[in-house]
Amino acid sequence: MGNLILNTLSHTFKGFFEILALFLPRLLSMLVMIAVGFIVAIFFKALVRRIFGIEKFRKYCDSAGLTQMMRKTALPPPDVFLGQLIFWVIWLVFIVLGIDTLEISALQDQISRFFLFLPQIFVAILILFAGLLIANFFSRATLLAATNANYPSARLLSSLVRLMIIILAVTMALEQIGLGRHVVLIAFSIAFGAVMLGAAIAFGLGGRDVARRILEKRFLEQEGEGKEKEEDISPL
Amino acid sequence: MAEENFLSDEFVRQLTAAGEVDILVGIPTLNNCGTIEQVVNAVQVGLVKYFPRERTALINPDGGSSDGTPEIVKNASIRDFRSLLSTTPLRTTHRITASYRPNNGMGGALRIILAAADLLRAKACAIVSPDLESITPEWIEGLVRPIYKEKFDLVTPIYHRHKFDGLLIKNIIAPMIRALYGVRIREPVGGEFALSGRLACHYLEQDVWREEVAHSGTEIWMTTSAVVDGFKVCQSFLGPKSHAPKSSAQNIVGTIQRVVGALFRCMEIQESYWLSRTETQPVPVFGFEYSSGLEPRRLNRKKMFLMFQNGVDQLAHLLESILSPETLKDIQAISQSDERTFHFPEELWVKTIYEFAASYHHTVINRDHLLQALTPLYRGKICSVLLEEQRADAEQIEKKLEDLCQQYEKLKPRLTERWTEKA
Repeated sequence: MGNLILNTLSHTFKGFFEILALFLPRLLSMLVMIAVGFIVAIFFKALVRRIFGIEKFRKYCDSAGLTQMMRKTALPPPDVFLGQLIFWVIWLVFIVLGIDTLEISALQDQISRFFLFLPQIFVAILILFAGLLIANFFSRATLLAATNANYPSARLLSSLVRLMIIILAVTMALEQIGLGRHVVLIAFSIAFGAVMLGAAIAFGLGGRDVARRILEKRFLEQEGEGKEKEEDISPL
Repeated sequence: MAEENFLSDEFVRQLTAAGEVDILVGIPTLNNCGTIEQVVNAVQVGLVKYFPRERTALINPDGGSSDGTPEIVKNASIRDFRSLLSTTPLRTTHRITASYRPNNGMGGALRIILAAADLLRAKACAIVSPDLESITPEWIEGLVRPIYKEKFDLVTPIYHRHKFDGLLIKNIIAPMIRALYGVRIREPVGGEFALSGRLACHYLEQDVWREEVAHSGTEIWMTTSAVVDGFKVCQSFLGPKSHAPKSSAQNIVGTIQRVVGALFRCMEIQESYWLSRTETQPVPVFGFEYSSGLEPRRLNRKKMFLMFQNGVDQLAHLLESILSPETLKDIQAISQSDERTFHFPEELWVKTIYEFAASYHHTVINRDHLLQALTPLYRGKICSVLLEEQRADAEQIEKKLEDLCQQYEKLKPRLTERWTEKA
């Protein structure tokens, strides 16, 4: 009985030490991999910040309104943001590779799926980034055009343009990563339709008088000769 | 000549047939059937009356008119010069037609005229607008004589204008060119000007013809470039200027984008010149200046003021990135004042323009957007000018303009500082 217990214990310990002997180098490899990944990620972060920190890129981001927009959403400037993004992506890849060296069969399938998923995430981030850029540009253009044409609620119009483009970009990004493809599309269609219908009803019912005034002003002014116009004075 | 392949074979054939000329007059057109005949006739009479012995040519680059303008130019003729002049023409004026693409502004047409002046070895080349209602034969003499006889290289016009005409020139362009480039030119974007053959060659050799500044706002580039490169510049008084109604209804936003944008771009190209310049020089004036009564104008000042107020309010966050906090605060403060007592101080206006120029240079936001954001502020300034100069006579207006020019000169170091600082 005693021998049996001893044998079982020694067998268990032997097995444990064998597994430990096998696992420890893998664990060490994983830690080394994570540490190396950290150093590589820091290197690339510094490289990206140096490349995109150049005056020309900064100026471009400033002129496109990207810096201002990111500041508003409490994000760092574009060069810093890109550096951080690259850092986390590279380090995450190394962490996942490190975990893979542990050879835990339950995780390996998930890891290979993660690597297949990675390019899609990249594309989605790019779509989102471009969407924000375009949204900012067009909302500013709308604001300026509406203000200079003396349209009422220029800021509201500009915000609506920004919102619509951002919704479109988010929808495209989510579709890219395959997240609830149909749900997102349907949600977008419903949201877009609702906004348009709401705007139509609001303008039709609430803005009847405004619409009448605008139309009257437009057509009656065209008919009336000699009315006061700002353009009567030539600026040149 | 830098590049000749923009000239069509047919155009070169016409130039070859004309040979060499002494004086070339260019009239770029685009749907100007209402006024073009009068302009061509005035040019013809001017050439016959004042330059009867010189070899002359008239060139008409057309931007694709659909109203028969080029045909009117070709067929316009004065049957009997004796009813207009004591002499009959000694020579025939050659007529040359060409076409340009109008989508890039007038730059294409001007380049063709310059190339023709170069190939025809013209000693003097005058350019006149096709939509003038007030042109007389004397304009040709006023433009060409300083080049042909007095050996100047560039003649800019001086017009007798209504006090509220040309306010963009009076409040931004002319005083800024005076303060930066050191020349007191009253009409740097005149529409009518003349240049020597040597200056035409010089312009053609410049490497800017692919740039935006060479297409829209070409006249500003031509004026500043002549000053920077040391050509002899003078002014000529032409008399009252009035355009056909179509062109007086100008889009103010587009005009600011085109003209102010061209000036800011020229400042970038020529910064090494103006940054070191400290003094201003008067520019010689030819012609007898006179004044006459001009039609009164009815202007909607209240609407302008409301657009200024609305613009300052709506664009506040955009102006934050263009203007310094103090300037923006001052503008916001005056935008709250009453329309009847509204005043846009000269100093604040000059600071605003200089800060816009520096922000354009540092591209703090998209450049087109930046220029569009200037429009409501310009409306505010114009509203202030209309209010202050409502009952002012010519002398008082002249004094106010001089004060404004001096403000531009006084605050130039501020612009230099902001221009050269790192963004």
